Amino acid sequence: MTAMPQPRRAKRKKPASLSEFLCRESVAGYMFISLFIIGFLVFTIIPMIASLYLSFTNYNILGDAKWIGIANYVKMFTRDSKYLKSLSVTFFYAFVSVPLKLLMALIVAMIMTRQSRVTGLYRSVYYLPSIIGGSVAVAVMWKQLFASDGVINSVLQALSINSTKSWIGSRDSAIWVLILLTVWQFGSSMLIFLAGLKQIPKTYYEAATIDGAGKVRGFFSITLPLLTPTIFFNLVMQTINGFMVFNSGYIITQGKPLNSTLFYALYLYQKAFTDYDMGYACAMAWVLLVIIGLMTALLFSSSKRWVFYQGAR
Amino acid sequence: MTHMGMKKQRMISSVVYHLLVAAFGFIMIYPLLWMVMSSFKESSTIFREAHRLIPESFHFENYTNGWRGFGGYTFGTFFKNSFIISVTASIGAVLSSAIIAFGFARLRFPGRNIWFTCVMMTMMLPFQVVMIPQFLIFQQLNWINTMLPITVPYFFGQAFFIFQNMQFIRGIPMELDESARIDGCSYYGIFVWIILPLIKPSIITTSIFSFMWRWDDFFGALLYLNSPSKYTLSIALKMFSDPSAQSDWGAMFAMSTLSIIPILVIFLIFQKNLTDGIATEGLKE
Repeated sequence: MTAMPQPRRAKRKKPASLSEFLCRESVAGYMFISLFIIGFLVFTIIPMIASLYLSFTNYNILGDAKWIGIANYVKMFTRDSKYLKSLSVTFFYAFVSVPLKLLMALIVAMIMTRQSRVTGLYRSVYYLPSIIGGSVAVAVMWKQLFASDGVINSVLQALSINSTKSWIGSRDSAIWVLILLTVWQFGSSMLIFLAGLKQIPKTYYEAATIDGAGKVRGFFSITLPLLTPTIFFNLVMQTINGFMVFNSGYIITQGKPLNSTLFYALYLYQKAFTDYDMGYACAMAWVLLVIIGLMTALLFSSSKRWVFYQGAR
Repeated sequence: MTHMGMKKQRMISSVVYHLLVAAFGFIMIYPLLWMVMSSFKESSTIFREAHRLIPESFHFENYTNGWRGFGGYTFGTFFKNSFIISVTASIGAVLSSAIIAFGFARLRFPGRNIWFTCVMMTMMLPFQVVMIPQFLIFQQLNWINTMLPITVPYFFGQAFFIFQNMQFIRGIPMELDESARIDGCSYYGIFVWIILPLIKPSIITTSIFSFMWRWDDFFGALLYLNSPSKYTLSIALKMFSDPSAQSDWGAMFAMSTLSIIPILVIFLIFQKNLTDGIATEGLKE
């Protein structure tokens, strides 16, 4: 009975040459993705576990981390009004800037579909702000545009509207300056929409025209439904980015005035690297992860109702 | 309506269209033009004449003043640092992503779907969740104030680039691989000799995006670089713009203008790759 498996095992034990081993498809597969696996463990999984642990501690980088249970989380929602402010600022920013940006991108993409010799040039001009918009140079420039002696006021005065208001120094307008900077960078979303528009077969519109549908009807009955997968993709990516906004709040307004531009990521950074309250900052990061996860899940579950995939019912 | 009338009407609508689109385009890039033009104005007049776009006379001293930098280092140092970091991180990100993408796109192995889900997860994961432990790890390694924390992690693949390369590799007919296998070419040989030359367009696209993103990266530099000799352009510009450091806005705008020139040049040369890359994959940022 036991004699039978013996030779097979012996055969297995015979060492396959290294190159034979490496040429097995599954081994080769793991060889190719090994870099990702190493990086994923070292830079994502281990730090995630560490940060989850730290979120339940009081840790200020110098001493040891002291376990305090859920105290950080409790403090966030009960005793830290600045935290709640940063939460509301970030939600407001994301919910205003993302739809505005996508609306802008869609409108301009529709306008761009009209072919002419200079369409390529227009497209580049509209796309340019997306390319350099994230740079410090642009953030600093944006700050000066809306300063009390900046371009905006200067132009307003030239139009004999007397304005000496500092747009970034005022609680009502500061956040809008940052929203405008985001909306200004609608170019990359516009390009994604343009690609989506190109994929809609011309015959649909021809058929609609024969049926007597006008341009407006064509837009709402053909273009918009067939574009919903693209809109959905943009919406998910932009919303995620919206919740993680940092640079503009840090460089242009430093969260001021009166915390009216205190983005979540900015407050988190201050907690971690100004106050060295690292445990608290980790707890904030985990709440951010949950918020982004929930928003994404919400978008995905709502998508069944409004996203139409061609060929699928 | 007569034929002539229709033609005329079409022409008018075309003129109106181009006027509106061009005017709006001008407003869009006006802030950039203003920044560039301000760098040629006399520093003290920039805000007095903020409404005027074209300077009365062109001054170049802002460039020489700004170039002197601060903390004993010129902008030459900051440019050099930015360049070294961007190129190193990009080489790492582009090559590792191509290798990883081949594994996912062409090879079957147990656990592939789970690992691919992990790739997608890293795309949606807020950096803040790993930021602090990463910082502590790099601190233990004595990597703070070196370029290592902002280059080494890119050598382990970037989700967007893995995804982009996978899409591209999937478009290459399998028969090419199979014929190579019959010839005795291993998976590694197939990747190096067959796939790698064929995905050149995708390598170019990812290289451009990677370089531009690294060039613009501010947060990494803010976290890890803390002496002027190590500063990249983005952190140097931020320090340079702080009111406590100086208020020479002419010099500030001159250095800002210089800092975006590499990006502009890449944009002009590779425009087509960029727009196609965006269009097919929805690469963003």
